[in-house]
Amino acid sequence: MKLVTAIIKPFKLDEVREALSGIGVQGITVTEVKGFGRQKGHTELYRGAEYVVDFLPKVKIEAAVDDAIVDRVIEAIEAGARTGKIGDGKIFVYDLQQVVRIRTGETGTEAL
Amino acid sequence: MKANLKSWAVGLGLLGTAALALAQTAAPEAAAAVAEAAAAAAPVPNKGDTGWMMVSTLLVLMMAVPGLALFYGGLVRSKNMLSVLMQVMVTFSLILVLWFIYGYSLAFTEGNAFVGGFDRLFMRGVWDNVAGTFANAATFSKGVYIPEIVFAAFQATFAGITGALIVGAFAERAKFSAVLLFMALWFTFSYVPVAHMVWFWMGPDAYASKEVVDEMTSKAGLIWQWGALDFAGGTVVHINAAVAGLVGAFMIGKRVGYGRESMAPHSLTLTMVGAALLWVGWFGFNAGSALEANGFAALAFINTMIATAAALLAWCVGEALMRGKASMLGAASGAVAGLVAITPAAGNVGIGGALIIGLIGGFGGLWGVNGLKKLLGADDSLDVFGVHGVCGILGALLTGVFNSPSLGGPGFVADWVTAAMVTPTDFSIGAQTWVQAKAVGLTVLWSAVVSVIAYKVVDLTIGLRVSEEEEREGLDITSHGESAYHG
Repeated sequence: MKLVTAIIKPFKLDEVREALSGIGVQGITVTEVKGFGRQKGHTELYRGAEYVVDFLPKVKIEAAVDDAIVDRVIEAIEAGARTGKIGDGKIFVYDLQQVVRIRTGETGTEAL
Repeated sequence: MKANLKSWAVGLGLLGTAALALAQTAAPEAAAAVAEAAAAAAPVPNKGDTGWMMVSTLLVLMMAVPGLALFYGGLVRSKNMLSVLMQVMVTFSLILVLWFIYGYSLAFTEGNAFVGGFDRLFMRGVWDNVAGTFANAATFSKGVYIPEIVFAAFQATFAGITGALIVGAFAERAKFSAVLLFMALWFTFSYVPVAHMVWFWMGPDAYASKEVVDEMTSKAGLIWQWGALDFAGGTVVHINAAVAGLVGAFMIGKRVGYGRESMAPHSLTLTMVGAALLWVGWFGFNAGSALEANGFAALAFINTMIATAAALLAWCVGEALMRGKASMLGAASGAVAGLVAITPAAGNVGIGGALIIGLIGGFGGLWGVNGLKKLLGADDSLDVFGVHGVCGILGALLTGVFNSPSLGGPGFVADWVTAAMVTPTDFSIGAQTWVQAKAVGLTVLWSAVVSVIAYKVVDLTIGLRVSEEEEREGLDITSHGESAYHG
């Protein structure tokens, strides 16, 4: 099992979710986050005061998936989140040791 | 005006000394001595005038709470939102109470050229509860009165919002109790005397004949005697408050992290709501300062529209030229800049003059919060001086220019005995602008001296600012024990 984490542009969230549903991913977790990368921030000017905003708003999605579909998951996120412009985000993949469905006590791929 | 019940009526005279059309000036009358003779002839206030003035009073109240409170509140960080709302609301209320105890009397009864007397202490004598009769306050028309209670209430809101304006200069770091003590001192020793100097006079009916002109004029406030024009409070309200704010920004010191940490406004949405409430309320402030529902109120009304719109556009154009984008905060600030600039001029200039004053006010305010702010180097948190000081001074000076009949202005009343206006040939733009400049200069000096002393007294007694730890945590929690936002 793998845990796929992706940082994407907020307005691409719906497209990514649809793409993941389309390949059978049963659920994802979404968090609003801030960060910086190559896109850098921007400056804001309030009357005479100028502030550099380093951290831009992004969305982090996490999906625990079976090894068999991890490549398709990555492709789906890429396809859904890509604009071709700087700041599209990144995908991280981790090995996942265990999954437990709390309601039933199922574990492993049964719990995905 | 003393004129209340009686003194009107007698003869007409010829020319007297030049007295000017200051808005708002009115004064409580004086004595009961003439009461009987007067009672028979006591004028009955016009219901339209009275109704308009009560509405205007409520409009100015709306400017302060919630208008100014939200305008300022949106500009601070979320951890200080409630402290700003509190400082505005409680300052306003404190001054209203002081106004009815002694402020009104000292500002609007006969005294000397600097301050009035105690005839109206605790609002004594504004009505007779046994007879059911009400004292009158003069307007700017002979024989036209409004109930003195209405005049006093209208003026109370001006005093209150003036104190509340100062709050913006030292927002996010001042100790709450220090703010209130400062306000009580500053109101007593700066607002009240400046209001008396600029607005107190004996009223049009006191000028019954040319023989009494000099005597009546000598009883007016000093700046009124000079002939300065201030329709709705460019000196009394805006310059007065702005100087007190700037002095406070210097004496209290900069916010912790100023210039290094982000102090971006937490809700420009609320700032826009506040600016919009200010704009609407300002029609009561400016047009109400005519004290009557007449042509000059209408002139002040449309000028308040035109100048504000022009200043808003000017600020946006200036921003777009300077940095490529026009901002919402700029538009809201431009509106306030225009409102401030047109305040002394409201019923004293023509509509074209108002347009030009608005444009100059818009660009002037933009400079005030950028170039001038850097020059001064003070942390005037919400730019009280940059907007109210700069635009107040510009408006006061330009009133002397665009009041000229040759530039479409109405001129001023040159002879209160006959109520004759100044003739275009007698009007000197240079002379009038010089008088305006003197009024500005005295107001700046007076407010600065009083402010320095008042802040010093507060600093030595209870201390001006909160601890650094409290400031970092935010005044909402540390000064008031509550949070504006949850979740």
